[in-house]
Amino acid sequence: MIEAALSAPPSDSPLRRVSDVLVRRRGLLLALLLTPPLLWLGIIYLGALFALLAQSVFSIDEFSGTVVYQPTLKTYAELFSPANLDIIIRTIAVSTVVTLLAVIVAFPIAYYAARYARGGMKALFYVAVMMPLWSSYLVKVYAWKLLLAKEGAVGWFMQAAGLSGALDAWLSTPIVGGPSLSVSYTGMVLVFLYLWTPFMVLPVQAALERVPVTLIQASGDLGAKPSQTFCHVILPLAAPGVVAGSIFTFSLTLGDYIVPQIVGPSSLILGQVVYTQQGTAGNIPLAAAFSVAPVIIMGVFLTIAKRTGAFDAL
Amino acid sequence: MSEELDLHSAPRVGSETFQRLASMPLRSTSEAATSAVSFRGVERHFGAVKAVDGVDLDIRPGEFFAMLGPSGSGKTTCLRLIGGFDQPTAGSIEIFGEAVEGVPVYRRPVNTVFQDYALFPHMNVLENVCYGLMIRGMDRAERRRLGVEALQLVKLVGLEVRKPGELSGGQRQRVALARALVLRPKVLLLDEPLGALDLKLREAMQGELRTLQHSLGLTFVLVTHDQGEALSMADRVAVFNHGRVVQVGTPEEIYERPKSRFVADFVGGSNVIEPALVKAWIGVERAASVRPEKIALIEADAPAPADFIVLDGRVAQVLYHGAVSRIELVTAEAGRLFLTIPSTVAPPQQGEAARISFSRDAVHFMEPE
Repeated sequence: MIEAALSAPPSDSPLRRVSDVLVRRRGLLLALLLTPPLLWLGIIYLGALFALLAQSVFSIDEFSGTVVYQPTLKTYAELFSPANLDIIIRTIAVSTVVTLLAVIVAFPIAYYAARYARGGMKALFYVAVMMPLWSSYLVKVYAWKLLLAKEGAVGWFMQAAGLSGALDAWLSTPIVGGPSLSVSYTGMVLVFLYLWTPFMVLPVQAALERVPVTLIQASGDLGAKPSQTFCHVILPLAAPGVVAGSIFTFSLTLGDYIVPQIVGPSSLILGQVVYTQQGTAGNIPLAAAFSVAPVIIMGVFLTIAKRTGAFDAL
Repeated sequence: MSEELDLHSAPRVGSETFQRLASMPLRSTSEAATSAVSFRGVERHFGAVKAVDGVDLDIRPGEFFAMLGPSGSGKTTCLRLIGGFDQPTAGSIEIFGEAVEGVPVYRRPVNTVFQDYALFPHMNVLENVCYGLMIRGMDRAERRRLGVEALQLVKLVGLEVRKPGELSGGQRQRVALARALVLRPKVLLLDEPLGALDLKLREAMQGELRTLQHSLGLTFVLVTHDQGEALSMADRVAVFNHGRVVQVGTPEEIYERPKSRFVADFVGGSNVIEPALVKAWIGVERAASVRPEKIALIEADAPAPADFIVLDGRVAQVLYHGAVSRIELVTAEAGRLFLTIPSTVAPPQQGEAARISFSRDAVHFMEPE
């Protein structure tokens, strides 16, 4: 009975024939599986992005305030007016500082998690890094505004620790300072740093996890002190993770328009400008041109990263 | 044959530079010491597990020393203790007369060829080989010259700018070897270096390693679970079991005169004869071993020659190995016995009755347990 069932050829059901075709024609299977996500990615992400960017080659009629649908580079030229250039440079500076600080804060955490944490400690690490992401972004930003305010917890703590002199000295420093932390660039950078650190920790940790222990041992075996091993082996191999994390922190800061509205000085940064240009000002072409700036900046950043060999270990 | 010639000429080129390298002040140890590496009562515990349980060893300068044993026998832990990747729980280790307790891995006069080669994936072949020289602050031109020489030594010239990912297993192994040898270590540690290679390459590398070791005059310490590798390459072999060294000797001693059942069985699969039976044959009540190749098949009605022991049995299995066949025979007297016969002799069929004989001299007494 069983033997008869086993020796009989498999039934030739339509479903079976479909699966036979799919097994034989791998390309078809791949196409079927990839079409929905590619459509999603192509239309929703890239399509929308290009539709926006396409607006940047148009200009706005200064009297009527309507968009003139004639290709021109006039809008791009506007980006280089002193006021706008100032915004771009300021934004790049803030993003760069946030990214550098994120690397400095995230690397030791990621290193500990990748090299030393095991079992329960590792679970705790993931929870600790991800937990800030579970609560509302706005709540966190407003919470920081209160913490950083003149009468806020940070000021109180500094006073209790007898460091209010240092805080005042910092606040009276040009550029980074201001009337209080919550309306200074220092405050803005701190909030960005708080928000984006998880996005730096996770990729760096993933990259460090992939560095085999034997490579570190081999480096020591060949005479390298731990600091030399760090510079010549661990850091280069973690570089793709650092770059991935930097893309997150850099581009998230470039595009953010809520944090600078709530915390920091009154001067605008890029995200806010895009927001006001296409919202209140109704200048879609200029908003689009401003949106091209981060794309170009990221392109330059990645090119530099590639030149320095950050992707060699991939 | 031409490869063989290459081998003899190549190391000579390297060795004069190596001597200069060895005179660099970075790694100076006393030369007067008698042992390259010595273990005194070394133990390494991992929780309740004693991975190394009281090991005493003396590895002589310039010898090719193999640490042989099954997995979990403590041989690799011992190698890691020499390299400095791990610290002993008890006992002391000296390298050329200097106690290495607390000496970090980067200050030990030893280098390691890792089991997985551990080549730096972001550096090319030459950069990998020159890594140790770069760390020592040698200038670029000089280290490049030494690196190329080391690559000549392992016959990898022309692959300098390849990345490890673009190399075959055998080539990676050679890079790892060159990277360690370029530093002219006092002791070279090899952790199952040939395990990942196919048979033909492995045999070729065995010969090359042996030749390299001889021409450079370095102390090599090899860890392996492959008894054939240990016997063919090493000057002396230490057999490990359960964290202890159960026998140290030349390959011949280990193979021909195993001290214990474990060594007899692990090295070459000897037949172990129980004391009672040995007493019946020879009159001495001690456990003994008989090598499979010392046992011959004889005609069923053949008379027993003087001083020969004759047994009758039934063939349980015949395994064809190419050059030899391995026959498992069940005898009434001695139980299960293995013998190997050359393939030039027609093997018996499974289930057939067979008569075997071996000389009394082939019966090797083992130490009482």
